[in-house]
Amino acid sequence: MKKGVIVIISIVLVVMLLYSFFKGSYNSMVQQNEQVSSQWAQVENVYQRRADLIPNLVNTVKGFATQEQEVLTGVVEARAKAGSIQLNSDNLTSSNMSAFQQAQEGLSSALSRLLVVVERYPELKSNQNFLELQAQLEGTENRIAVERMKFNEVARSYNTYIKSFPQNLLAGLFGFETRPYFESVTGAEEAPKVEF
Amino acid sequence: MEMIRKALFGLIFLLGIIGPDIVAQLPPPPHPPRLVVDRTSTLDLSQTNRLEEKLVAYFDTTSTQIAVVMLPDLAGYDISDLAFRIGESWGVGQKGFNNGIVIIVRPKTAKERGKAFIAVGYGLESLIPDAIAKRIVEKEMIPNFQQDRYYEGLDQATDIIIGLASGAYSKSNYQEQDGLAFLVVLLVMIFIIVIFSRLIGRGPTHMVSSSSPEMTVWKALWLASQAGRSHTGSWGGFSGGSGGFKGGFGGFGGGSFGGGGAGGSW
Repeated sequence: MKKGVIVIISIVLVVMLLYSFFKGSYNSMVQQNEQVSSQWAQVENVYQRRADLIPNLVNTVKGFATQEQEVLTGVVEARAKAGSIQLNSDNLTSSNMSAFQQAQEGLSSALSRLLVVVERYPELKSNQNFLELQAQLEGTENRIAVERMKFNEVARSYNTYIKSFPQNLLAGLFGFETRPYFESVTGAEEAPKVEF
Repeated sequence: MEMIRKALFGLIFLLGIIGPDIVAQLPPPPHPPRLVVDRTSTLDLSQTNRLEEKLVAYFDTTSTQIAVVMLPDLAGYDISDLAFRIGESWGVGQKGFNNGIVIIVRPKTAKERGKAFIAVGYGLESLIPDAIAKRIVEKEMIPNFQQDRYYEGLDQATDIIIGLASGAYSKSNYQEQDGLAFLVVLLVMIFIIVIFSRLIGRGPTHMVSSSSPEMTVWKALWLASQAGRSHTGSWGGFSGGSGGFKGGFGGFGGGSFGGGGAGGSW
């Protein structure tokens, strides 16, 4: 009789402990997964913010630099291309991610070409509207850098968590997959320098 | 075996990548906490104190934290990058409001140009947009800094920032949030105590009626739920806010930065 009670108690205890372990790991996987998704939304936000600045910027430059049609068209096209790749956080695979990143890098380089060309137009460079837009553009690039860095941090902590033992057993069971990182494209970290 | 190797590799990777690059190189927060941190000895003591007093007074009434950090070198970071990282890791501004500002100045030296940057926390971005931050750097700070008038530049810049940021957050609305959090904690504690005392109270009657396993089951249930709690607790944790409205500056509050702000060089 007494032995039976002890056995029942220990079984109950083991079940409880197992349950609390599963619950704890599963819930924090869900939680961290959500963090990655919401950080991804932040990343998309700041890229969208940059896309929203462009029409205004292009129009302002157009007024002063009429012969730079080619560079301006390049920016507009790169913006359209970047806008065509919308990536939901549910299908963040590394190939989707690199396509997204490539399109955004295309826009970055088109924009930096535009800013180099602008140096030839002193009246444009002293135009108040343009100066404000330039400050906003710089700020947006800063925001993109910060949100990308934060995304990589949360993705790294999530990936480390689901890949570590014993959570990896559960992660496989419930289909938690690793998230891709933003890779820095060669030459992208260096903003183009303009020499005078 | 493979798993252990992977885990070890992961740990080494983390230590190697995150350790020295991000944690070790960032300037550590001041002890005791201060809003004006001059590690270049550019400002004299009375100037530092006057600026500190002004910023602490502003913090006391609005909970907005403006940190002024003067550094001899930027530890290999871009000044903007460093400003956001310092803001984020020191936690300038209140958690939830993100109403912090970090002003970083690297004074001009014989070899290098001076650099300044105003990093604006998420919560203040609408009041101090990038273009305005840029104007503050270019119109208030740089002209003064060029003539080695660092205190005047910082004083005027912070005056303008204070004017712009005023009205958005007030001490009372910060305390409201604090009060609410306290209430929630209190309710949870009462709930736990009630449950626990009911279990205890129930225990003896069951013991008498000779069904002691049930009591142990309840206890085990409670233990298991405690175990679960401490487990999830360790993962949900972020730096908590610290208020400290009495007297001097109580400490940074855990604010977050998203890349707002602007800078310049001279």
